[in-house]
Amino acid sequence: MARVVVDVVLKPEILDPQGQAIVGALGRLGISGVNDVRQGKHFELEVDDSVDDATVERLADTLLANPVIENFSIRRN
Amino acid sequence: MPVRVGVVTFPGSLDDRDAARAVRLSAAEAVPLWHADPDLHGVDAVILPGGFSYGDYLRCGAIARFAPVMESIVAAARDGLPVLGICNGFQVLCEAHLLPGALIRNDRRRFVCRDQVLRVANTSTPWTNGYRAGQEIVVPIKNGEGGYVADKRTLDALEATGRVVVRYAAGNPNGSYRDIAGICNEAGNVVGLMPHPEHAVDALTGPGTDGLGFFLSLASHTGVAA
Repeated sequence: MARVVVDVVLKPEILDPQGQAIVGALGRLGISGVNDVRQGKHFELEVDDSVDDATVERLADTLLANPVIENFSIRRN
Repeated sequence: MPVRVGVVTFPGSLDDRDAARAVRLSAAEAVPLWHADPDLHGVDAVILPGGFSYGDYLRCGAIARFAPVMESIVAAARDGLPVLGICNGFQVLCEAHLLPGALIRNDRRRFVCRDQVLRVANTSTPWTNGYRAGQEIVVPIKNGEGGYVADKRTLDALEATGRVVVRYAAGNPNGSYRDIAGICNEAGNVVGLMPHPEHAVDALTGPGTDGLGFFLSLASHTGVAA
């Protein structure tokens, strides 16, 4: 068994209204200096050792992320 | 024999009943299709209705894309079956790669629910042949994630080949690129749009009957007198 982490974020050119709402809320919290927030998704997968990198790449590319609007990164812990 | 139009119900679909009613008002027969059943029951066309399939988990339409019924619909659509995706149905069609681009959260960060003016840009699809090019219609729109996005090359290609089917007029409600409200695939048989023509088929329950044209268009496309 291994833990694989997949992080998914919107591509830089795609507007992120949720991130903008967070920036606005930070201002109301009295915190200054945070200029931009991009919100993403974090997946933790428990996988058998038989699941190879190519398979993880494929599941991230076809289900966890929509490659039209999102980028993803994979790391094995 | 009336035209038989399948209306898919996913867990979380909301507008399947309204879509079926719109189909019946166009003198076609509405055939309920179930997400877990890959059998299309020989229908002449399919509607993917609005709602929140699978609770919008992961991304709108991302889980529905893998429903057993979708495998059959994707194959049939590639063979020319007319498919109409409304709102969540449009999101499903994009996730299934039957249509290019994606729908993201509205730029104004609010759920938008209002009567919307649309301009019909493509009248050669099975779903829009009953409209005049440039005709303005009013149908409801109701979505939180209706912002249509695609890369510049895709947008240019859609415009150059006449694949923008309907555009927002009198104000863009959600930040959709180039005011795009609906598009079609290369062959024209697969159409997706965020606004809801099925909610504008009866003056009693909608802003008018401007949406009925989508359903009447199909009847005329399939060559069966309504």
